[in-house]
Amino acid sequence: MTTQEALFQYTLRLGDTNLILGQRLSEWTGHGPFLEEDLALTNIALDITGTAKSLIEYAASIEGKGKTEDDLAYFRNDRQYFNAQMTEQPNGDYARTIVRQAIMDCFDFYFYTELAKSKDETLAGIAQKSIKEVTYHLRHTSSWVERFGDGTEESHNKAQTALNELWQYTGELFEMNEVDAVLMNEGIAVDLNLVKTKWEKHMTELLEKSTLIKPENVFMQTGSRKGIHTEHLAYILAEMQALPRMFPDAKW
Amino acid sequence: MEINKFEEVFEGKLAKNEMVEPKDWMPENYRKHLIRQISQHAHSEIIGMLPEGNWITRAPSLRSKVVLLAKVQDEGGHGLYLYTAAETLGISRDELLDNLHTGRAKYSSIFNYPTLTWADIGAVGWLVDGAAIMNQVMLQRTSYGPYARAMVRICKEESFHQRQGFEIMTRLAFGTEDQKAMAQDALNRWWFPTMMMFGPPDAESPNSENAMKWRIKRETNDQLRQRFVDQTVPQVQYLGLTVPDENLKWNEAKKGYDFSEPNWAEFKNVISGNGPCNKERLAARNKAHNDGAWVREAAQAFAKKRNEIYVAA
Repeated sequence: MTTQEALFQYTLRLGDTNLILGQRLSEWTGHGPFLEEDLALTNIALDITGTAKSLIEYAASIEGKGKTEDDLAYFRNDRQYFNAQMTEQPNGDYARTIVRQAIMDCFDFYFYTELAKSKDETLAGIAQKSIKEVTYHLRHTSSWVERFGDGTEESHNKAQTALNELWQYTGELFEMNEVDAVLMNEGIAVDLNLVKTKWEKHMTELLEKSTLIKPENVFMQTGSRKGIHTEHLAYILAEMQALPRMFPDAKW
Repeated sequence: MEINKFEEVFEGKLAKNEMVEPKDWMPENYRKHLIRQISQHAHSEIIGMLPEGNWITRAPSLRSKVVLLAKVQDEGGHGLYLYTAAETLGISRDELLDNLHTGRAKYSSIFNYPTLTWADIGAVGWLVDGAAIMNQVMLQRTSYGPYARAMVRICKEESFHQRQGFEIMTRLAFGTEDQKAMAQDALNRWWFPTMMMFGPPDAESPNSENAMKWRIKRETNDQLRQRFVDQTVPQVQYLGLTVPDENLKWNEAKKGYDFSEPNWAEFKNVISGNGPCNKERLAARNKAHNDGAWVREAAQAFAKKRNEIYVAA
């Protein structure tokens, strides 16, 4: 695998993860639990989708086949998507959305902090911009994990259920393959073991503070590094890609 | 001071084009009229998030997805300023929302029409926000201070939205045959409902007279409607589309277009709950509010606990 091939796949993995998460979050727009929170979650969706756009645009330029960001976003099938399975999980109730988002925000916080030091200047630049946004997202979603955990019995149970159900998708976030190995040699990719240590410590503290129990001995799902997903992704793409695929010659 | 003295001061402010502020005395009818108008406006912003939000997950390019998300978020933000402005008149957000959810309060009828295609997102930005701006520009100089100030910010953002809508229409109208047909279809469906946004003809407008007297409104429904048509027709021509009105004709004597009256029977029907989406819109708002109840309760319970810990320490 050449550096270029690895960089393409790596960037796509990051872009897809942001795109699918943004897509899920934006399903809440107009339907949030109250107006201020609707605006806040939409803002997070906006930031994340913006990051996805920058990353996928960069992936298209690395690939060098004259494709645009939209060609990559709208004309790949689910088996060609590399987003983490966590991001495609349905929103469920608000606790589930918040727990999923807090897990991802915490991951992104440490991940983009490392990626900001990448020798690839474009990735480092995107990471530097993203880290400012993610810092705010993490603060927001962590505060809701605390409120749910230590709020009412109902909110506590909902948050704990969400944690128990979603935890099986956390293992995948830290998987590394040949892509990572090639790029780590070049000082481009992030060492996910390092991110994992920091993420675990942070999550442990957050859950403890929130009176929630961190799931232990969970069997971890895997697959997205090979483009294998849960059943949900194909539906997300069917909805997202319908219009450009219906009119493939059109420019929007 | 006797009531008539208060009234003199109030009338004096209006006469001098000065703002009325929350702590000033104001006639009860003026307060009620404002609460009705500002809260209707706020509800319209919030309900308006639904037809536009309908296309966020299906926006056909990443750029248009990001722009639409930002736009719908702006609309929610407008709702927030306006609810806050209404609260300065002595009514709570809970009461206002309750009026919306139970169907007692009205919102702009235009949002009871469905957004069926991507071109509808263009048409809503271009026509609906365009019409809204016509109404709102004059509200920047409305007599009630908090409302006027909210409108200054809202107008700035709405003009971005209108440009964004027009950009979508431009891409479609100058795109493939299918795209152009999609644009024309959207124009056909949104033209008359947009004209209705200015309200019934002046002769039949029940709330206009006081609104003009109090400088809550500064131009009549018919004046605004005429201005909208005169401004929009050249844009339709630029796009190479056709206004769906056989009677549309330039009238040199009045330096404006003659045009057909919208179907006012349809207007009345949509206002009284029989539009294509009235029930869905209200059901969606109610569902969001009811599903959010435990979230709001959790936040309150948590705040209370933390406050007790803080006080005990």
